Amino acid sequence: MENNNQKFIWREYQKEIADDHFFYVRSCIRQAFFPGSETFFLSFMRNQLGKDVFEDARHTTCTGIGFHGDVVPHETIMTVVARHFALMTEAGYRHVAISCVTSFGIYSEILETWKHFPEIEEKIHQKLILATGRDFNKPDTIAHTSDIIYKFRNEVAAKMKYPLINLNTGEPLKVVEHIGCHYSKMFPQYGVGGAEFPQVLAGMIKAWGGEVVDYPERRHCCGFGFRQYLVQANRGYSAANSKKKFDSMQSYEPDFILCNCPGCTMFMDKWQYTIAELEDTVYGKEGLGIPVLTYEELAGLVLGYDPWDLGLQMHQIPVETLLDKLGINYDPEKKFITQKGENIGTPLIPQHYNIGLKTAGTHSGCC
Amino acid sequence: MTNIKKIAVLGGGVAGMETSIQLNRLGYQVDLIEIEDKLGGHVRNWYKLFPDHKPADEFLEKLISNLSATDVQIKTSIQINAFLRKEKKLCLFDQACEFGVYDAVVVATGFDLFEAYRKEEYGFGIYKNVITSAGLETMFLGKTIKTSGGNVPKRVGLVHCVGSRDEKCGNLHCSKVCCITAVKQAITLRQMLPNTEVFCFYMDMRMFGPSYEELYREAQEKWAVRFIRGRISEAAQNADETILIKTEDTLTGRQLKMNVDLLVLMVGMLPSKGTTVIGKKTGLDFGMNRFLKVKDEHYHANETNQEGIFVAGSASAPMNISDTISHARAAATAVDHYLKTTDHERFSEKNNIRNLEKALHEK
Amino acid sequence: MATFGFSILKDRQIDYDNNDHRLFRFIEEQEPSIRLCIGCGGCTAGCTAAGFTGFNYRKLNYLLMRGETEHLQKGIQQCMLCGKCKLVCPRGVNTRNMIFALKRAFKTPLWEELQKKINV
Repeated sequence: MENNNQKFIWREYQKEIADDHFFYVRSCIRQAFFPGSETFFLSFMRNQLGKDVFEDARHTTCTGIGFHGDVVPHETIMTVVARHFALMTEAGYRHVAISCVTSFGIYSEILETWKHFPEIEEKIHQKLILATGRDFNKPDTIAHTSDIIYKFRNEVAAKMKYPLINLNTGEPLKVVEHIGCHYSKMFPQYGVGGAEFPQVLAGMIKAWGGEVVDYPERRHCCGFGFRQYLVQANRGYSAANSKKKFDSMQSYEPDFILCNCPGCTMFMDKWQYTIAELEDTVYGKEGLGIPVLTYEELAGLVLGYDPWDLGLQMHQIPVETLLDKLGINYDPEKKFITQKGENIGTPLIPQHYNIGLKTAGTHSGCC
Repeated sequence: MTNIKKIAVLGGGVAGMETSIQLNRLGYQVDLIEIEDKLGGHVRNWYKLFPDHKPADEFLEKLISNLSATDVQIKTSIQINAFLRKEKKLCLFDQACEFGVYDAVVVATGFDLFEAYRKEEYGFGIYKNVITSAGLETMFLGKTIKTSGGNVPKRVGLVHCVGSRDEKCGNLHCSKVCCITAVKQAITLRQMLPNTEVFCFYMDMRMFGPSYEELYREAQEKWAVRFIRGRISEAAQNADETILIKTEDTLTGRQLKMNVDLLVLMVGMLPSKGTTVIGKKTGLDFGMNRFLKVKDEHYHANETNQEGIFVAGSASAPMNISDTISHARAAATAVDHYLKTTDHERFSEKNNIRNLEKALHEK
Repeated sequence: MATFGFSILKDRQIDYDNNDHRLFRFIEEQEPSIRLCIGCGGCTAGCTAAGFTGFNYRKLNYLLMRGETEHLQKGIQQCMLCGKCKLVCPRGVNTRNMIFALKRAFKTPLWEELQKKINV
C-alpha cells in the first residue's frame, strides 16, 4: 500500500537557489532573540564557503509585522520592499537572501502580485522614484537563508563534528521541524518541497544524521499570527495554537524543534515556558521542555561552534539536555559571560526548567 | 439471410458480458474483446454486493455460465488501438494488424477507480493505515481485517466522496455507488468485527436504489454504524500509526477530531483508460465528466455520435450493477434495431423525429 | 414602559420573507460561487480560527444566504484570511473573496440601513 508517495509529492516542488553573490536582508527580531544566527550565517557563507554576501546598512525593516498587524497599507510595504530592490540594484546584485520568513512571504507575495498586476508594479516604480529618486530591477531569485543552508547541507555534513545522533543510545535524534506558514503555505512553489512535506529543514536534519518526526499537527501554525500576539488580550489564542502542536508532538518524544521563521522560533520557545507557568504542563521526554533551535544554530552546533557563541543562552528552554545528547562540550560557568567577559546576568530560572544552574536571587530579569 | 451480422463488444466486465449474451441470443455473431487475461472486470475483486450482500463471485459465476451457454467468441488479452471505417463496416486493429471487421461496435470499457493518492491530504500511499474501499474488499475476501501493526482495528472510519463531487481533483460528478458501498462495507465490518466501532463521514447520503435507504436504516438500527455529516479535511498519522482525522461535525457546528485505526477512502469512479483511448480512436464525444457522451440521456442512452458505435455500462456514467445490466440489455436492443433498419428507414426515422419535435415545438 | 419582571421572548425562527436579502444579492453579485456551497464543512474543519474561536465560515455563508445579517460583521472579524478553506472547498467557493466582499459591503449605505433595521 505504501508507495513512497511522500517523496513523490515533495519532488514536485523544487526551486532555483542561487549559488553565489547574495544581497542579504536581515530580520527585525532575530538579532535580539537568537543573536548568533545571522552572525553564524554570514561567517559560514563568507569564511567557510567563500561566498559573496553583501549587506547594506541602509536596509530597513520590510514592515511585515506592521502589515500583518493591520497598520501598514499594502502600497506602503510594496514601496519599502521596492526600495530594498533598489539598494540591491545599485549594489549590482540579482539574488536576495532573506533572513526572515515573514519578509520572505512579503517578498514572494509582492513579486506574485506584480506578476499578475503589472500596473501595480508600474505604480510602485513611480512612487519610489517620487519618494526617493531611486528605481529598481526585480531580483532574479529570492531565497530564504534556510534555502541556502539547505543547498549547502552536504558541505556542512562533510565538515560535521557532531552528527545528530544521541550519544547515549546511538540512535538518530528525533527532530520536529516547523517551516512557518509564510515560507511555503502561501506559495508552495517558492519553498523547497512545498507545504505538505516541506524539505527545507527536513533535508538538513536527514543530511546531518537526524530523523524527522511527522506528527499530526506538523502543518499547524505556531500561533504567532501577528494580530493574535500583538494584542495582549489575544495572546491566549496564540499560545493555544502552540499548545496544540506541543500536545501533538509530545508522544513522539522529540529531542528538539527546528524552526525556520523568527516568529515561530520565538513562540515555540517562549510559549512552552508560558504554558508551564499557566498550566503546569512541561513538555519534553526529560520534563525540561523541548529545546528550540534555528537552522543556523543547528548548523553551527554540528560544525562544532561554541553553543554560547551561537547565542543559545538566550533561549527560554535550556538547551543543555540536547548538548549532552550530542556530546558537545560547554562551560556552564560561561553561559552568561560574553566573549568580552561581561556578565549579561543570570535569568530567573523557572522551577519547571531548573537544570541545576544557580537559582533565583542573582537574576537580572532576562526575558 | 445467410450473412449473419457481426458485432464487437469491447470490454469483458459486467456490461460487456451481458451485452454479448443478449446480442448472441438475438442471433448475432459476437466477439467479446477484453484487454486483461480474464473476464469479470472490477466485480472480480469484490466480496459482496449491495444491497442484498450477495457474494460477488456468485453473481459473476451466473453471468459467466450464461455467457458460456452462448457461442460468443471470447478474446482476452487483446488491446484494440486503432479503428477504421470501410464503407459501412467498422475495422478494429490489434497492434498493427487488422483484428476484425464488424457491423457494429459496443463500447463497454467501463470505469477505473479514482487514484486515492491524488487527494494527498488523506495520506493514501503515505500512511499505512489509510486504504481504499477496493483495498477493504480485498481484506474482506481474505477474511482478515488488520491494521499495519497486525491488530484488529478497534475503530474504522469510512470517508465518502473521495475523488467525487470534488472540483479540486477535477471531478464534478457523483460516483453514485460510494454511499451505498460505504453502508454495505460498514455492515460487513460490524459483522466480521463485532467489537469494532465504524464511522461514516459523509456530505450527503445518496440512497438512490431500491432497498438502499432501508439498508442505511439497518446500518444504524441493527449494526450501530455511526454517521457524521462532515467532509474530512485532512488525515495525519500518530506515533502509533493510528490515523488522526479532522472534520467539521456540521450538525453540531463544531470541529471534530478522532483517531481511527483504519481509514477507508471510498474512491469514486472515473472513465477507464480504455474508455478514454477507445473513445478518442473512434471519434466519440465525451461528456463534461470525461465519460462517453450518449446521444440522449432519456431515449438514446446507448447511442453515440458515431453511427454503428454504441455504449454499454459505466463507460457512459457511473453505474451500479443493476443499472449496468439494464443498460447492457438496452444496448443490445439498440444495436439490434440499428442492424435491422436500412439506411432509408433510418433517414426517414430521423425525419419523423424531427417533424415530431417541430410539431411539439409549434404546439 | 411597564415592568412586569419579564420580557417577551424574541422569535428565533428565521423569518425568510421578512428578512432583507439585499446583502446576499450584493455579495452574490461579486462572488457568485458562494451559492455553490453544499455545507460539507470542509472549510471549517481545517480552519485555524474555528479551532479556538466561534468562527465558522460555513455557518456565516448560510446565514448570509438566509438573509440573517445580524452576526455577520462580528462573525468575520475572527477570520485571518489564510485561505485554507479555499484550498479545501470541493465546490470551489471563493471563500476568501466572500469575506472581502462582506468587508466592502460594510462600507455601503445598504449596510447602514440594515444596521438601523437590526437595532430597532
